[in-house]
Amino acid sequence: MKQKSFSWQRLVHARLFMPLVCLAVVLLANVIRTPDFFKISINNGVLYGYLIDIINRSSELVILAVGMTLATAASGGQDISVGAVMAVSAAICCQLLSGGEVSVTSLAAPIVLAALAGVLAAGLCGAFNGFLVAKLHIQPMVATLILYTAGRGIAQLVTRGQITYVRVDAYKVLGGYIGSCPIPTPVFVALIVVIIMAVILKKTALGLYLESVGNNGKASRLVGLNSALICFMAYVICSILAGIAGLVASSRIYSADANNIGLNLEMDAILAVALGGNNLGGGSFNLTGSIIGAYTIQALTTTLYAMKVSADQLPVYKAIVIVIIVILQSPVFRSLIAGMKRKRAVTVDEK
Amino acid sequence: MSQPVILTMKQISKAFPGVQALNQVDFSLRQGEIHALMGENGAGKSTLIKVLTGVYGLDQGQVWLDGKLVQIRSPKDAQAQGISTVYQEVNLCPNLTVAENLFLGRQPMKHGRIDWQETARQAGVLLQKLNIEVSPSAMLDECSLALQQMIAIARAVDMNCKILILDEPTSSLDDEEVARLFTLMRQLRQAGVGMIFVTHFLEQVYEISDRITVLRNGERVGEYETAALPRLQLVAKMMGKDFNDLAVIQAAPKGQVDPGSVPVIEAKGIAHSGTIKPFDLTIHKGEVVGLSGLLGSGRSETVRAIYGADRADQGSLKVNGRPARITQPLDAMKLGMAYLPEDRKKEGIIPELSVRENIILALQAKRGLFHLMSRKEMAEAADRYIDLLQIKTPSRETPVRSLSGGNQQKVIIGRWLLTNPDYLILDEPTRGIDIGTKTEIQKLVLELAGQGKAITFISSEIEEMLRTCSRIAVLIDGAMVGELTGAQLTQAQVMQTIAGGKTVQEDK
Repeated sequence: MKQKSFSWQRLVHARLFMPLVCLAVVLLANVIRTPDFFKISINNGVLYGYLIDIINRSSELVILAVGMTLATAASGGQDISVGAVMAVSAAICCQLLSGGEVSVTSLAAPIVLAALAGVLAAGLCGAFNGFLVAKLHIQPMVATLILYTAGRGIAQLVTRGQITYVRVDAYKVLGGYIGSCPIPTPVFVALIVVIIMAVILKKTALGLYLESVGNNGKASRLVGLNSALICFMAYVICSILAGIAGLVASSRIYSADANNIGLNLEMDAILAVALGGNNLGGGSFNLTGSIIGAYTIQALTTTLYAMKVSADQLPVYKAIVIVIIVILQSPVFRSLIAGMKRKRAVTVDEK
Repeated sequence: MSQPVILTMKQISKAFPGVQALNQVDFSLRQGEIHALMGENGAGKSTLIKVLTGVYGLDQGQVWLDGKLVQIRSPKDAQAQGISTVYQEVNLCPNLTVAENLFLGRQPMKHGRIDWQETARQAGVLLQKLNIEVSPSAMLDECSLALQQMIAIARAVDMNCKILILDEPTSSLDDEEVARLFTLMRQLRQAGVGMIFVTHFLEQVYEISDRITVLRNGERVGEYETAALPRLQLVAKMMGKDFNDLAVIQAAPKGQVDPGSVPVIEAKGIAHSGTIKPFDLTIHKGEVVGLSGLLGSGRSETVRAIYGADRADQGSLKVNGRPARITQPLDAMKLGMAYLPEDRKKEGIIPELSVRENIILALQAKRGLFHLMSRKEMAEAADRYIDLLQIKTPSRETPVRSLSGGNQQKVIIGRWLLTNPDYLILDEPTRGIDIGTKTEIQKLVLELAGQGKAITFISSEIEEMLRTCSRIAVLIDGAMVGELTGAQLTQAQVMQTIAGGKTVQEDK
């Protein structure tokens, strides 16, 4: 400890302490098992390694976690439709690009336009969710359950039950690489989303409004905030981000697979928010925490795959690790270790 | 009184980060006595009670119960040792019946199942014994708050409690309900239950308590026989100074009003079907207009209709002479209105947000999403009102939920003053607040009126209204039945009007 004013207690109670510890533990476990875990090499002109893989693969989850954090803060509930919304966005985009064909090698529409249409469709899904939650006061979990189940059906309708392939190199950029850049594009997409959101939160009062509305909607209305509109907006943003994540996921496999794009990702996103030390009951939120949480979950998934755990068994191991992480994060446990440290400090003093 | 002492707390100390909440406080309670615990907000009453009920552990000190040194580890442990608490907000299940609530968790069993008949029978016996008139099969949420409190007391008494803590039980009760609660308390006194009574109402303390312990800034000022302690002395002990402020207020001139000027607020025929009948209300600059009436007479609904918290469905409103259309609170705020709601917890504070954020919130909302105040501006605004209103808080970044009630109320007042309103609506600003802060708020109201602000003041305490208001409008069952001014502003006249008696001057 270099600084004298450094306080163990303050560190333990810092909001980002536990999320960071969790991430560190997962990474450390990897280093012990796989010594070359942090090794980054260049193969075929692109960066290659476990770490790069984790950062790349978690991009969609990071984007979802950002949106989920806002929706959670404003409504005290979660949007469980984000995975399905990803599929809707991908389906619309791919269908426009293919012009209705099952598999194409040339584009039927400009990519930018198709992508915008996909994101717009996602935004409409968000408006639907937001209307149910903010205006009709339906519990978020129930309201978004509608699109959770119907979303993939809508995506299937759009693609007429087929998996639409867009075998055009330009469409693979979003999920692949830009030109000869060695860093995968999804990493940039996630970075841009995070930066834009951070700037919005820093430059506007959105963050304060979201926290206020999520904490006490009635009081917020009386101080002049339009509680319903703010909550609505949070859901629209959440879905738009899901739409962007959907495009990335679709570009990776240059197709719209309505059944598999974003499958179970909503749960990972909610978990990322929880791991980030956010209260799932709404109110105050911590975006950085959620992002760390997202990387932690992906690191865990990649680790388990690296340990040759099969995809079917993955959820079991994930659940075990998550139980441990959640316990580590619980307030009771935190005050316990803070207390332990304090007692030790006292004994040292007595000597 | 030579009843044996059943509870002794010795040299109790308890500190929180930044605050010494209790400093070597002694407290004792005799059998069959009603002991009032008095003090300003932040004096340590709640902390003392929470230590006694096991919510907080103590840093130092001893608790002796029936002559034995005990440790109280949790609220459940406290209950097992015969210490029960009844809070202002009743901790029962509103969706269960009275009988179920009385025996929840300890229902009489038969063949491994709950014996409902026996539950109902025992509940009936218990309620009758305590003269509580309610059917055991009634749903709890159909009972009035007073009745719910009595049921909570009955539950505590039946669980063999020797010490009953009543934490602000009368804050939301009307006079008749208070009287019924007191009858029950006297009955329990006869039965030998020791009661700790926490309240802000001096009259009630003198009506029912035997002894008084006064706390101030976490320290015990003293313990007194109620009969031997004059009111003014009690107030002085609580405040820690010779206290003539009340008198000062009475002597202060009330805002001078120029009747020829354009009124700040001119409401005509505003009504809300089902709650308030059409009313007219005119308020000038520098005027404090009181709204008086019994609970449920439509006082809050009236101001809420003006402010746009509930939309009025008839009538017109002019603000500063110009017709105004208000569909939501923001519209009213932009016209220079501010509204301090009646229910501080539910509609006032944003509990998890900091004092700073709570103070700047209304101004920020008025400025809009894209005009975020700078950190520096926020900090300055918060510090200014923390200082001006003497808000007791460890720092401006402390979550507002950890402040005492009076300080929370000051935060909300600061929030509105920051928006520099022309018209300020204060709905029960002094409820559940200690006498010192109460006086401060009353002084502030007169000061603001002196600065030319128009104010509507609502309070259940008539004396308080008489002290501050230059005019009082009286409501009965949602209808404005009269306005009292000048010489009519006496307690008797106001009460008579509220009671529906003849008014000296009908407002027609």
